[in-house]
Amino acid sequence: MDKEGKLDQTVISALFSHGLMGVEIPTQYGGTGSTFGSAIVVIEELSKVDAGVSVFCDIQNTLINTMLMELGTEKQKDKYLNRLATDTVGSFCLSEATSGSDAFALKTNAKKDGDAYILNGSKMWISSADIAGVFLVMANVDPSLSYKGITCFIVDRDSPGISIGKKEDKLGIRSSATCAVHFDNVKVPSENVLGVVGHGYKYAIGMLNGGRIGIGAQMLGIAQGCFDKTIPYTLQRKQFGKPIFDFQGINHQVSRVATQIECARLLVYNACRLKEAGLPFVKQAAMAKYFASEVATETTSKCIEWMGGVGYTKDYPMEKYYRDCKIGSIYEGTTNIQLNTIGKHIEQEYRGKD
Amino acid sequence: MSLRVMVGVKRVVDYAVKVRVKPDKTGVITDGVKHSMNPFDEIAVEEAVRLKEKNVANEIIAVSCGPAASQETLRTALAMGMDKAIHVEIPQPQYDTMQPIHVAKCLAKLATDYKVDIIILGKQAIDDDCNQTAQMTAGLLDWPQGVYASKIEKDGDLLVVTREVDGGLETVKLKLPAVLSADLRLNEPRYATLPNIMKAKKKPLDKKTPADLGVDLAPRHQVVSIEDPPTRQAGAKVADVDELISRLKALGRI
Repeated sequence: MDKEGKLDQTVISALFSHGLMGVEIPTQYGGTGSTFGSAIVVIEELSKVDAGVSVFCDIQNTLINTMLMELGTEKQKDKYLNRLATDTVGSFCLSEATSGSDAFALKTNAKKDGDAYILNGSKMWISSADIAGVFLVMANVDPSLSYKGITCFIVDRDSPGISIGKKEDKLGIRSSATCAVHFDNVKVPSENVLGVVGHGYKYAIGMLNGGRIGIGAQMLGIAQGCFDKTIPYTLQRKQFGKPIFDFQGINHQVSRVATQIECARLLVYNACRLKEAGLPFVKQAAMAKYFASEVATETTSKCIEWMGGVGYTKDYPMEKYYRDCKIGSIYEGTTNIQLNTIGKHIEQEYRGKD
Repeated sequence: MSLRVMVGVKRVVDYAVKVRVKPDKTGVITDGVKHSMNPFDEIAVEEAVRLKEKNVANEIIAVSCGPAASQETLRTALAMGMDKAIHVEIPQPQYDTMQPIHVAKCLAKLATDYKVDIIILGKQAIDDDCNQTAQMTAGLLDWPQGVYASKIEKDGDLLVVTREVDGGLETVKLKLPAVLSADLRLNEPRYATLPNIMKAKKKPLDKKTPADLGVDLAPRHQVVSIEDPPTRQAGAKVADVDELISRLKALGRI
């Protein structure tokens, strides 16, 4: 999957049939009826094997399903939740060529036309666009209102005017295809507006907070998975008559990295706990995501070193974990954005005490 | 004809764990060690679920005799598709000395009380390798047995069981009710899906005690000591057959 840059159909089908694509969707809609915490654990476990599979599962659970469950009308939920739980992949379309961190500068527009909207524009960096059956698209109904015109639309794949651009040739998470998506006079009925017109910016921010915990879990899984594959080798590989694990130089590095992974784990699980308890969790989610991505970067880099020469080859899996983790500090909010968010919360916490 | 099937499941140390002997030689270390359902029992559960899917069975029940933790194993069986579970709760000290004969007596009583038509057990547990419970249960109930089953089919009122025996495959026809034991090649157990794991939480789990079943758990064996097998000694290379023979003679082996 890494080489070909796409998900194997048997993997996609297995994720659906095991109920892993609709973890939080209520059973009445054909979902698994479990908790956010369960979804986080699913993402962590999948990431221990392949981060491309886990991001695919993460986006569906933490972004697509959550938005529909929290904002959807009964009609929208009836129409889409069952499909999302059983066989339909969803894609989240926010970023564009000229708007990444500056998300609200998006240019895709939606002109009202009777009982529908006409969408025009191009989205970039859209995960799973090649296999998605439904897209959640952020478009602006009135650019003169600036970001307050951003609205979320549910767009079916077979709507005329949608075209999927070429797949990006990425460094990592290659099994998850990332493409541009073009909207050329795509007609979307008004009943497919998700939530309130003009509130899209709020929804995007809100959902991405939960999504951040998911990415934190993904980075945690990458770190743990890579670590689990490396340590047995260090216990067997002998140099100067003893396993390299026995040399204090290696041993101490291993202990430090293991501690960092544990810290990342606690940040992710704590952010998850706060969210499930209905307590404020935005600061902690940002911390979990940025910290876990840094831990994954350090862990995978160190693992390659501990493996020595073989770690540098494609014959061993460490190089894949090393490539896969880099995206963690970039997508769903760059590390700089996370640090901005944390700083803002700290400012609010302390300013209020004046 | 719709049958009621009862499957016995045992919570054992996971097959992948490196088992270590306790320093006091009274047993192996089980505290903090990963446990799972006995692999042969998973195959038995899978067979029962398939019988239900084929409409041969209409009710499939999982049973476990063990301490409180056995409930986890029963929940796994429920997640794989069993309809309900029965936990015969055995306190830890009595569980430590429990033998297949005691389990067989519990199963026999339950089979009679619940009017079971087929009992399927794993052929042996991977912790004690006894391979006795199915046979003893059949004996106590005076039911026919089809053990080491690699294929189970229904033929009218009879069960046709293909058994893996030392000489090859043997096919037997059994009248019902009967006791079967599952061998490795009977089927490949399914993974419980997440939705089924959630549903299993709501399925009924009845609790019984050995006293309820009139079973006396007094042990008939006493474990004297448990030790590691002797560590393998180094071998020696010999130059030719003559040297081999003279070495063996010198060692008193021939």
